[in-house]
Amino acid sequence: LDYQHVQVPFEITLWIMLASLAKIGFHLYNKLPSVVPESCLLIFVGLIMGGIIYGLNDRSPPVMDSDIFFLYLLPPIVLDAGYFMPSRPFFENIGTILLYAVVGTIWNVFGIGFSLYGICQVKAFRLQDVSLLHNLLFGSLIAAVDPVAVLAVFEEIHVNEKLHILVFGESLLNDAVTVVLYKLFRSFCEMPTIKSVDVFAGVGKFFVVGLGGVLVGLSFGFTAAFTTRFTKDIRVIEPLFVFLYSYLSYLTAEMFHLSGIVAIISCAMGMKRYVEANISLKSHTTVKYFMKMWSSVSDTLIFIFLGVSTIGENHEWNWPYICFTVIFCLIWRALGVLVLTFFVNRFHVNTITSKDQFIIAYGGLRGAICFSLVFLLPDFHRKKLFIAATTVVILFTVFIQGMTIRPLVDLLAVKRKRESAPTVGEQIHIRFLDHLLAGIEDISGHWGQYYWKDKLEYFNSKYLQKILLREYDQPKSSIVLLYEKLERKHAMELAQAGQLGHSPAQPPFLSSDRTVITDQKLEDTLNPAVLDNIQEILARNLYRIRRTGPAYNRHTLPGDSEPAEQAKEILILRHKSL
Amino acid sequence: GCPQGPRPVTSVLALAVTSEQIEHLHRRFKQLSQDQLTIRKENFDSIPDLEFNPIRGKIVHAFFDKRNLRQESDGLADEINFEDFLTIMSYFRPIEMNMDEEQLDRFRKEKLKFLFHMYDSDHDGKITLQEYRNVVEELLSGNPHLEKESARSIADGAMMEAASICVGQMGPDQVYEGITFEDFLKMWQGIDIETKMHVRFLNVDTIAHCY
Repeated sequence: LDYQHVQVPFEITLWIMLASLAKIGFHLYNKLPSVVPESCLLIFVGLIMGGIIYGLNDRSPPVMDSDIFFLYLLPPIVLDAGYFMPSRPFFENIGTILLYAVVGTIWNVFGIGFSLYGICQVKAFRLQDVSLLHNLLFGSLIAAVDPVAVLAVFEEIHVNEKLHILVFGESLLNDAVTVVLYKLFRSFCEMPTIKSVDVFAGVGKFFVVGLGGVLVGLSFGFTAAFTTRFTKDIRVIEPLFVFLYSYLSYLTAEMFHLSGIVAIISCAMGMKRYVEANISLKSHTTVKYFMKMWSSVSDTLIFIFLGVSTIGENHEWNWPYICFTVIFCLIWRALGVLVLTFFVNRFHVNTITSKDQFIIAYGGLRGAICFSLVFLLPDFHRKKLFIAATTVVILFTVFIQGMTIRPLVDLLAVKRKRESAPTVGEQIHIRFLDHLLAGIEDISGHWGQYYWKDKLEYFNSKYLQKILLREYDQPKSSIVLLYEKLERKHAMELAQAGQLGHSPAQPPFLSSDRTVITDQKLEDTLNPAVLDNIQEILARNLYRIRRTGPAYNRHTLPGDSEPAEQAKEILILRHKSL
Repeated sequence: GCPQGPRPVTSVLALAVTSEQIEHLHRRFKQLSQDQLTIRKENFDSIPDLEFNPIRGKIVHAFFDKRNLRQESDGLADEINFEDFLTIMSYFRPIEMNMDEEQLDRFRKEKLKFLFHMYDSDHDGKITLQEYRNVVEELLSGNPHLEKESARSIADGAMMEAASICVGQMGPDQVYEGITFEDFLKMWQGIDIETKMHVRFLNVDTIAHCY
């Protein structure tokens, strides 16, 4: 028996197997995921596993190694989030998101740090050796909202798009602040004296970390797009480039002590448009499937490890400190959201209602990032206290907040995601409005949101597309894409209803220029020449049709029917109408 | 402050536009009209960025459309003065915090009426298929690779959608004349136009010099 030889890959595979089997198990019993979010169940499984290991070995189970988390488990989730981020609502709300991410996080860090320091002064708690700097360090790692936890909970409750993007965007972008503050305080802990110059350096560092992350991400993203321009003859490895370049951008950013999360998100968002135009349909499907699969596995593993690591002798249970940590996290988050929203509503027309504010505050979940950061702390005598406090906060937010947020959303009747089907008319109107507003801004001499958006589009079409796209035929506007998608859906429905021999039942008549379009005319629009044209456009650009529609769901992919099937259907349609 | 030119008559208009914004727009008006009292269509050619806008024609047209200028008559004006300019701009003002339901409804209808007039180019109160096709063609005109045929079929599809929203199932002999304003309102129900259709005139300081 040569176990030593295969031990590492064997154990890794076993863990992943366990995670996936657990997932199957939850979905077998239908009612469960709607009451208890999956993340809770996974932590629970982890707890059980940890208990078993502890009982068998009588020593602490293996704690999740921070390196494994940051280098292997986190990137797939963030990549998935960034690649499928709906860019329109994201950029429309980018100001608010940045405000929450940057100012909100700083507010939380200092608030929590100082109040905990205040608690430490109380003699009865026996906490006086925890210095201010330690408290601030702890504050910096516990304050940040965690994207993994937010994703896991929010994708099951389907709130309206704006709310979702605010919480989610904030959880992704606050990484820059967290990285800077954590590293800053950690280096301060080791320095004998702190001068004000160091503080200013810290502030400057924040800009470097954030903007540097964006630059690194964009450069890798555009390189990826450029590479895919030449992959026409080796389609098989096309998906690989997407993953390789994104992962490289993450690692490069981490290497330079920049924000890896911001880098990988910018990379994904920057390259998406061009890569999707260059790669084949099959590659696109592969990319989508693999991304979802990896992020799903990562997600599951993280929560299970979280559960496992809770058991053991890593904790020092000083209950006053722990309880106050939880309380302060809640209070400071709520205050922060209130104050910031007050400012946002002054300057913004699209106001954030108090119900929305409550959900934003309540949805500030902590997760595995805090957990890993606390294990990375240098070993000092109170480290176990911090570990215990972090564990309790995470468990509290994931279990209690995670479980109660859905009934609260129902109770408060928060505006939900619009479930109506997309219409071509709507796309036309939105486009029209875009151009109209850009025109009005030009006329009134005001450089507003639409002006810059227009300018960016212009720059894109003049320069970027020429370099990064293989065939420079201008990609379809969203109107055309949606129309083609609906056209195919309609064709499929017709094929299924068997109504192709004659024109579709009950066609509405359109009067144009006083001539009425009869059945005859509609028969014409199904004629082979036009159908040929549509077929050709579709065959060339099938994968792009999938773009519309919300895509931030862990479990399903947008657009599930087989493209080959649909192409076959259209051929049938053609034959029958001839 | 700087010495002002002749102040325009603005008491007639019940605008929620501040005097700062009016000054800014007045300066812009003077720039466009080259210090004349009225603007004509040709004056809009001097705006370089407007060249690339696919619906440029419709936007300029909207400024001279008498229905938008709240005049009783119909058709197009030849020239507009500052008051008219301000009237058009007022369609794009942001909503106020203290509006009640009725005011919001009226606000929304106003903006949608403006849009309706832009779609309905022959001023007959209905958007016919030809006019809709025209809109789609203009919107997609930036893409030289797209054939006219495709633009037409898209417009046809959208019109059929509109018909099904507004009238529901129609019998084989029914004729759908065109989209009336009530139908138009129904089509826009899903889009919150009160918040989308506004231009923020906040940075007066970009054009803070006087001339």
